[in-house]
Amino acid sequence: MNQVKRIKVALIGNPNAGKSSLFNYLTGLNQKIGNFPGVTVDKKTGTCYLNANTQADIIDLPGTYSIYPRSLDEQVVFDYLTDTLRNERPDFLVVIIDASNFKRNLLLFTQVKDLGFPVILALNMLDVAERGGITFDISALHRELNVPIVEINARTGKGLDSLKAALICPVHVIPDSFYKSSEVAGPLVKQIRERFHISSDYMALLLAHLHKKTTILTDIERKEISDLVEKYHFQSNSLQYRETLSRYEDIHTIIHKVMNEDKMQSKVRWTNKIDKLVTHKIWGYLIFFIVLFLIFQSIFAWSELPMSLIEDAFGWLKGLINSNMSAGYLRDFINEGIISGLQGVFIFIPQITFLFAFIAVLEESGYMSRVMFIMDKIMRKFGLSGRSVVPLISGVACAVPAIMATRSIETWKERLITIMVTPLMSCSARIPVFTVLIGLMIPSKPVLGIFNLQGIALMGFYLLGFIMAIFSAWLLNSFMSGKGKSYFIMEFPTYKWPRFKNVSTAIIEKVRTFTFEAGKIILAISIVLWVLATAGPSNAIERAETSVKEQLKQGAITAETYNNRMASARLEASYAGHFGKFIEPVINPLGFDWKIGIALITSFAAREVFVGTMATIYSVGNTDNEISVRETMKNQVDENGNQYYTLARSGSLLLFYLFALQCMSTVAVVYKETKSWKWPLIQFTYMAFLAYGSSLLFFYFFR
Amino acid sequence: MPNPVKTAADLKIGEKGVICGFTDEETSLKLLEMGCLPGCEILLDRKAPFGDPICIKVCGYTLSMRLTEASTILLS
Repeated sequence: MNQVKRIKVALIGNPNAGKSSLFNYLTGLNQKIGNFPGVTVDKKTGTCYLNANTQADIIDLPGTYSIYPRSLDEQVVFDYLTDTLRNERPDFLVVIIDASNFKRNLLLFTQVKDLGFPVILALNMLDVAERGGITFDISALHRELNVPIVEINARTGKGLDSLKAALICPVHVIPDSFYKSSEVAGPLVKQIRERFHISSDYMALLLAHLHKKTTILTDIERKEISDLVEKYHFQSNSLQYRETLSRYEDIHTIIHKVMNEDKMQSKVRWTNKIDKLVTHKIWGYLIFFIVLFLIFQSIFAWSELPMSLIEDAFGWLKGLINSNMSAGYLRDFINEGIISGLQGVFIFIPQITFLFAFIAVLEESGYMSRVMFIMDKIMRKFGLSGRSVVPLISGVACAVPAIMATRSIETWKERLITIMVTPLMSCSARIPVFTVLIGLMIPSKPVLGIFNLQGIALMGFYLLGFIMAIFSAWLLNSFMSGKGKSYFIMEFPTYKWPRFKNVSTAIIEKVRTFTFEAGKIILAISIVLWVLATAGPSNAIERAETSVKEQLKQGAITAETYNNRMASARLEASYAGHFGKFIEPVINPLGFDWKIGIALITSFAAREVFVGTMATIYSVGNTDNEISVRETMKNQVDENGNQYYTLARSGSLLLFYLFALQCMSTVAVVYKETKSWKWPLIQFTYMAFLAYGSSLLFFYFFR
Repeated sequence: MPNPVKTAADLKIGEKGVICGFTDEETSLKLLEMGCLPGCEILLDRKAPFGDPICIKVCGYTLSMRLTEASTILLS
């Protein structure tokens, strides 16, 4: 075997040009998602064998229309390209071009080529172009652009071998450029080139334009460029304007020589017909409503079976450990600390899978752009954008990937407001809490024959979360100054059948993000909480144990209830129990005692541990069964012998769980996405205030 | 001409216009990149249910934008 050669290849192109399809074809499942150094936005990398002894590391960059970034997604592309000044350069940049939208796609190509990278042009969607009456003279195109050109079809995988072959041949970079940067800002470009040892004029010009946005420069270097820019009276905006015009002039000349357009509009017609329907003022919203209903249905009904299978699997695993390990602290730690924590992560995977399957299909097909289009005006009234629709819907499964989905919102203010309100959407971690508490509050009785009162109440709480999200957005919007322009310039992609491969990779990517981003925090916290709930100050736990044993001897408790009593006595004596008692005065006005206090503390990291904590507090043997927990809670009585979980108390608790930001993973992801502690702190405080206030009012009025 | 300043926001559905300039520098940079060039013909394709945003056909594809953005595109 000879040594395997590794090369680096980056894929770049307009959104909807077929970049992700190509990436998925090339790499299959050999993908991983990592973070750019210094930047929090994800990049996707994968590997692919070009031939027996060449392996390519392929980097999939987000779609962009131009090198000048206008959104966070586009910033990633710019950062990647400028990073090559300091770190290693890719051996190839493959620019994917949508042939049916050749003119606009070529703009990015000319920019990338001027940066002096070895470029390969992958011409995609020639079939779509042909149907629209557009044909190309490839050899003429080759003469004009002077780069290797590969015809591909990213939907069928056609032309992939030619692309791989092209990646093996070295490319000779011709130092000719479309746009002559030195002619518009000669001295400035020259000085920046010399100062930073840059080989291309255009890269130097880009630094002059965007030095404030680059991540590779130090503050001092940024200041240097700033001074130079000022010295030469560099007019960034008007130069950018002229640059784009000049590039399009070149593109026009090229197009005349290489492209033949026969005006006939056959394909457009059925796209138009669908558009007419889905953006209709009645049918449009009705269709969107049905889609939403299907998504909800999948999260609630279809996920039930896989979720119970996961529960069973973990139960089996615990049983296995129980029968194979000797009883003791280590076994408890593995079972209750680690395995339960893992279960808390895995249990949400079915719901997240369903939700993102829907979203991926809607995005792939092109329908999502139409939803954003019809929702924009409504959302804007509350300071949001049409693009906020995707994060808000995703928030129903989990706020972590939902907040990451806000990156496509170009306007900072609209993006920030979306981030701030998304956690108010009821995520799937609230479902077990809702199940228990709604069961306590509301009798299960049929309404109108087909509905159930509890089901309607559940819908109501989801709606309440959504209304509060919208209201909070409006509130934030009126407090924040409206600096900066808002953008909603968005391409309507043509409709396409979603590719299974793209949808499945999107799902895998989201599930992976959730499992690692949210999962590691949930797991870590559940271990910490387990320790807090099993250890206590000095010998408090031993004393509690002796007292329960004493009671058993005296016959005050039976042998059957002994184990459960022991567990609750231990919890009461533990650190968690002490914390619960410590915060009791604060939560007393909401109708909560120290036992609920323990649950509030343990749910701080992740809400779903509520059920398990309640089970331990009230000595329910079977900790994983929501129904038995609910029954036990129902039977609790106060000192006067009345039912403890009254409508007022359960409702107050439910509102608290609906509004409070009890999720460490969300706090962490908001910190990452806003790059400061300010916003997660405001968000946490605001939601705590909302939770406390509404619980207080509810308990006060319904007591 | 009765109204000398006509913008893309004033177009009726199905109506065409030729871009002759922009009123906002920052927005114009994005619009240029998306292929809305001076001299290009645009057609108002549809409006969202509340009249905003709108969809225009330019360069053989469909582009949606808000009315505030459309009003920065001057037509001749």
